[in-house]
Amino acid sequence: MEPIYLDHAATTPIHPKVLEEMIRAYETTPGNPSSIHRFGRDARKLIERSRDLVAKDLGTESKQIVFTSGGTEADNMAIIGTAFSRKDKGKHIITTKIEHHAVLKTCEYLETLGFEVDYLNVNEHGVISMEDLKNALRDDTILVSIMYGNNEVGSIQPIRDIANLLESHQAVFHTDAVQAYGSIDIDVQDTPIDLLSMTAHKINGPKGIGFLYIRKGVQLDVYQHGGEQERKRRAGTQNVPGIVGLAKAVLLSKEDLAPRTEKYMHFRQCLLDIFDESGIEYKVNGDPKYFLPHILNVYFPGANVETLLTKLDLAGVAVSSGSACTAGSIEPSHVLSAMFGKNADESRHSIRISFGRDLSLEQVKEAGQMIVKSVRDLVKN
Amino acid sequence: MEKSPSETRVIVGMSGGVDSSVTALLLKQQGYDVVGIFMKNWDDTDENGVCTATEDYEDVAKVASQLDIPYYSVNFEKEYWDKVFTYFLDEYKAGRTPNPDVMCNKEIKFKAFLDHAMNLGADYVATGHYARVERTENGVNMLRGIDRNKDQTYFLNQLTQKQLSKTLFPLGGLTKPEVREIAREHHLATAGKKDSTGICFIGERNFKEFLSQYLPAQKGEIRTVDGEYKGMHDGLMYYTNGQRQGLGIGGPGGPWFVSGKDLKNNILYVAEGIDHPSLKSEGLLAEQMNWINGIPKEKELKCTAKFRYRQEDHPVRVIMTSDTEVKVIFDQPEWAITPGQAVVFYDGEKCLGGGTISTVLNQETKVNIDFVNSTVI
Repeated sequence: MEPIYLDHAATTPIHPKVLEEMIRAYETTPGNPSSIHRFGRDARKLIERSRDLVAKDLGTESKQIVFTSGGTEADNMAIIGTAFSRKDKGKHIITTKIEHHAVLKTCEYLETLGFEVDYLNVNEHGVISMEDLKNALRDDTILVSIMYGNNEVGSIQPIRDIANLLESHQAVFHTDAVQAYGSIDIDVQDTPIDLLSMTAHKINGPKGIGFLYIRKGVQLDVYQHGGEQERKRRAGTQNVPGIVGLAKAVLLSKEDLAPRTEKYMHFRQCLLDIFDESGIEYKVNGDPKYFLPHILNVYFPGANVETLLTKLDLAGVAVSSGSACTAGSIEPSHVLSAMFGKNADESRHSIRISFGRDLSLEQVKEAGQMIVKSVRDLVKN
Repeated sequence: MEKSPSETRVIVGMSGGVDSSVTALLLKQQGYDVVGIFMKNWDDTDENGVCTATEDYEDVAKVASQLDIPYYSVNFEKEYWDKVFTYFLDEYKAGRTPNPDVMCNKEIKFKAFLDHAMNLGADYVATGHYARVERTENGVNMLRGIDRNKDQTYFLNQLTQKQLSKTLFPLGGLTKPEVREIAREHHLATAGKKDSTGICFIGERNFKEFLSQYLPAQKGEIRTVDGEYKGMHDGLMYYTNGQRQGLGIGGPGGPWFVSGKDLKNNILYVAEGIDHPSLKSEGLLAEQMNWINGIPKEKELKCTAKFRYRQEDHPVRVIMTSDTEVKVIFDQPEWAITPGQAVVFYDGEKCLGGGTISTVLNQETKVNIDFVNSTVI
């Protein structure tokens, strides 16, 4: 059987049209965008055209987009940059327990520097409560960092409510939209988000490129020092083909958002039908109403996730779960632990299935059958 | 084997060492459907969040990539803690010197890991042990590894028919130098890697320091078997029978050797000179006996036995006292038999099984000293 890739929340294959534009950029535009000669100007033109496209998609102006090496750098830049630039206004930061490690570890790092961080709980659907946020907010809160859509369970946070709440507070609002971007409609024009991170490789773009949206008027301390690229906000020669690829990927994701959503919802239902028909015991983790359509996180009682993932991989089905330690061993998911409690059964017996553009219904069905078979094998033992 | 090699899935326990690397290589060469699995048995995350298993896992990844086989990791920390480490501490508490490798093979490598492998559709598991499996009409025999220096049947004495029937030991017919040579020839990433030494979860660390984190040490007296005070010891668990180093006994005479422990009164007994009678014994009692080919029908059995790893085996008489216990009478007196260690029996090349030494039988020992686990026959 041909391997079936159901781990698009980890990364996605590059879109042929993206690759095509990147190759063209490599072939025709060798210059350094900072150079003043024609080669430089050509490269700069490509970058700025890409920046325009991205800004338009997000509902902002081009100069509010800073290209980075990806989501992690954008998160670090947003959080550390805000903390450092606003430390005179306070040292309190609010985030959630279900953030990506790029946010969590950065906040932990800031704690070692004397910042105080509150990690908000989530409910069993993986969503924070506005009450909790209001209660956690203090006069000296300088930053609130809450992810748009969760990368493990797909739950979506009340971003608009949070943004509106913080309009009348000094705290800067950052959202990690790495997993949500291209999966749902995001617009910073009607949602007053201050900082937003994204990466290209989750939406069939290249790896190693992303951006941070910085709302007009929001000041960040410079995080990476050197040349004067990106309006002195991010030093380093720009990844020209990467930026071109990112912009193309953004455009493509906009174009087919509606049919893609419909397709993923169909895949999702199809898998759930297969699970239902098989009679295996399962439960969907996440918010039943409002979720990222490409992510389906399922709890299989009695099926050890490490064994299940190995078994599925050997059978040619690639899915995932929380994260692995440096010795390759699967760690209990911190997201599911936040939703169901520490040591909850869900955190060791759940897998994440995530859909992508190229996936066919046949593949989803085949994978569904293989999941059923594997879970049965494990549960009966 | 009924299936062809390519249809036969063999799951190799890969530690990141040269032995298990060559094990995987040989099986791959023989055409099996080989899968490598790294066992993470000990949570050893340092202050930087790096676990010491990381480098070993990276070596597994390198070798598996060279061989083009899939590789995974499995976490047996809980099983290892419950079944091996708890036993290890309990034995020390009881004044014995445990053998965690025997227990690790019994409970982890050939139980938790074997079960995991079967869950993954394995037909066999394979490890880099120096031992041989012989499949006959009457069952499976476990034979010594060809390399007498490396033979590891001593540590595998608790394996059962069921376990062995699912096991391959591809290195059993090779010597260690040959294995290293194969690794070099194939440029395996682990070809030059040093063999691991010591107990796996302690590694290169100081044993005394490690143990003191888990067990309270109680200082006590060191006395000769005749009752003479010779100094103080740091805690009975730090000493094992026959030990010469680290006793701190100065003055004329010596050398001094540990010859027994009185757990109740916290006294360490020492004897002067390697030939001291209290260091020698005529027999032993063993428990948790495992007979690889089934419990012998005879009441008494003549065979050879090993009382520690890498020792020549010596002729003995084994008397069955129950299905799980035996009394062993040595043809010649044995030196520094240690409770907690394994006694393993052999009939020529064949390993018959083994048990845990519970009691040392010593005629010469003075009756008025109540040695722990020592009685008089």
